[in-house]
Amino acid sequence: MSRIITYREALREGLDEELARDPNVVLMGEEVAQYNGAYKVTEGLWKKWGDKRVVDTPISEAGFIGMGIGASMLGVRPVMELMFWSFHSVAFDQLVNNAACVRYMSGGLCNAPIVVRGPANGGTGVGATHSHIPEGLFAAFPGLKVVSPATPADVKGLIKSSIRDNDPVYFMENTLLYGMTGEVPDPADGDFVIPLGVADLKREGSDISLIAHGRSVIHCLAAAETLQKEHGISCDVLDLRSIRPLDQDAILKSVMKTNRVVLVDESKPFGGVSAMVCTLIQDHAFDYLDAPIKRVCTIDAPAIYSPHVENEQLPNPKRIIEKVLSIAKSK
Amino acid sequence: MSSATSSPLDFANSPINQSLTPERKIELFTQMVRIRRFEQAALKYYQAGRMTGFLHLYIGQESVAVGTISLGGEHDHFITAYRDHGHALAVGMGMNECMAEMYGKQTGCSKGKGGSMHFFAPDKNFWGGHGIVGGQTPLGLGLAYGVKYLNREGCCLCYLGDGAVNQGAFHESLNIAALFDIPIIYVIENNGYSMGTSQKRSSAYRGCLAQRAEAYDMEWDVIDGSDIYEVRAKTHIAMERARKEHKPCILEIDTYRYYGHSVADANHKKYRTPEEIESYKQNHDPINVFRRKLVNEGVLTEQQADAISKAAAEEAAASVKFAEESPAPTIADISTDVYWETDNNTEASKIGRHFFND
Repeated sequence: MSRIITYREALREGLDEELARDPNVVLMGEEVAQYNGAYKVTEGLWKKWGDKRVVDTPISEAGFIGMGIGASMLGVRPVMELMFWSFHSVAFDQLVNNAACVRYMSGGLCNAPIVVRGPANGGTGVGATHSHIPEGLFAAFPGLKVVSPATPADVKGLIKSSIRDNDPVYFMENTLLYGMTGEVPDPADGDFVIPLGVADLKREGSDISLIAHGRSVIHCLAAAETLQKEHGISCDVLDLRSIRPLDQDAILKSVMKTNRVVLVDESKPFGGVSAMVCTLIQDHAFDYLDAPIKRVCTIDAPAIYSPHVENEQLPNPKRIIEKVLSIAKSK
Repeated sequence: MSSATSSPLDFANSPINQSLTPERKIELFTQMVRIRRFEQAALKYYQAGRMTGFLHLYIGQESVAVGTISLGGEHDHFITAYRDHGHALAVGMGMNECMAEMYGKQTGCSKGKGGSMHFFAPDKNFWGGHGIVGGQTPLGLGLAYGVKYLNREGCCLCYLGDGAVNQGAFHESLNIAALFDIPIIYVIENNGYSMGTSQKRSSAYRGCLAQRAEAYDMEWDVIDGSDIYEVRAKTHIAMERARKEHKPCILEIDTYRYYGHSVADANHKKYRTPEEIESYKQNHDPINVFRRKLVNEGVLTEQQADAISKAAAEEAAASVKFAEESPAPTIADISTDVYWETDNNTEASKIGRHFFND
């Protein structure tokens, strides 16, 4: 039996189940315990699990993330919340030099089984410093894994596998998805875990592939609906879910079927996830392409504050439809 | 609140040093000599172009690593910065694996993937070897957090230089250590210079660097690093407090490095006078000081000391031979030790693409 619950509730349920499964799992972060979480993701968990398992930290991202990495080398399994992934910049040395490199530099003697999670998105009127979308940035560092779930079921299944993974996993959520509802399997029906590295075909179509992750998947689904109704264009919508490891087979399968592709990516155009996916497609499916690979990214500037145009800077159904129509087969 | 000890106490009489057998004293002396001979060999072959990268020598500071690490028990952990050869040998790593690491060989402690700055031996509670100034200070905090979380009676000694005390991550760590009652001891190995900039030109402080602990309501002490007995006596107090009461502490150990920040530091004879270096060698060299003490105590003869030194030099020479003759990593080796899951060939590692070479 599935239930309809929010993305936030599904994520919390995943955290709660992992706290119950493994006594070494500990949640840490700013306001995660007594305040119940800045975005209420961890609401009730401190009351249920107590001071040892759910820990409020000072506003010291380098300090507490580095602490989590050190503790993980000894066998603790810290799940650390960044109130915004945008705050990665003040902990960058820990996130990259220590978490990503310690295994390599020790010749495999150490590993850092941490999860760092929190929202990574634009679109909330908080300006450039709070609207960074760094999944492509961190996926560029070997040693790290990056996950970006779009739905309540995915966020639950993926947080659980991320916590069980023995490598550092950077888990990127979205404040605009926390209230979104969807079907999630009932815990009574068994342990619901989604492995990293498996993309999900969220809508099946035949004319063009829309490949995205995070909230862009939701935009793609809306765009696909309009494209079908108003233009008779049938879209495959592939949700990457996991950025690294990446489901290359699913990407190629979709492209080889539709022969056209638009990549939708909330990060900026230079580098990033869609740039990597673009390279993989041209490398492995060049002969299957009937049109150039196109991308819809966030417009290439720091995130604007103004609510009048903020959504136009980000990928949205309108921009996706325009891009699809620019390369669609004429009917 | 403790403070710098000014009275000329004889730390040989402290209980932790009284408990040392003559054999154990000779062992500590031998460890210090082995570190020095190892590094002298490393310097020779570094200058001969047999290894690359940086070479941050510990020569002159040996009493700090040997003295503090000699106090370690089953659940005590150690982590340091890039000047890590002394700590590595003091925890019991072999000269061969360390020299081979500097040579970038497959037989190195990190399989040639880390180099001089990144020695590791988790089986000996030694967690590196870290290249970024101050970057290891939150990791040390985490090791101590882990000790406490896992209900073990132990602590972490996290070493840093006097140049690292001005890094933000260190101050964040101090605050968390005191706030959460974490059993960590930060050991500032104060050799007076943050690379080429003297302490006076790099740090604002009252009294000494360790005194900054007061701002975090934390214990601190200052130690004369030329006397390994003093190093052990005062560090023991801090470690017992950490283990039993989960109280953090800063220890500032005054020491001196004979060489530059690294061997690549071409100016180290310009920012320090030859007289300063010579005076230290004559009066404060921790190996010479301890040797004199042990001879006076009747624990060691001059002949025995010379034999120890000779044996250490031979061991170092043998490690050079081992490193020279060891195989280099292969191109395939570049891609291992990146992910635990792929190294262990787990189910998770078979799902999705992890590497993006072609």
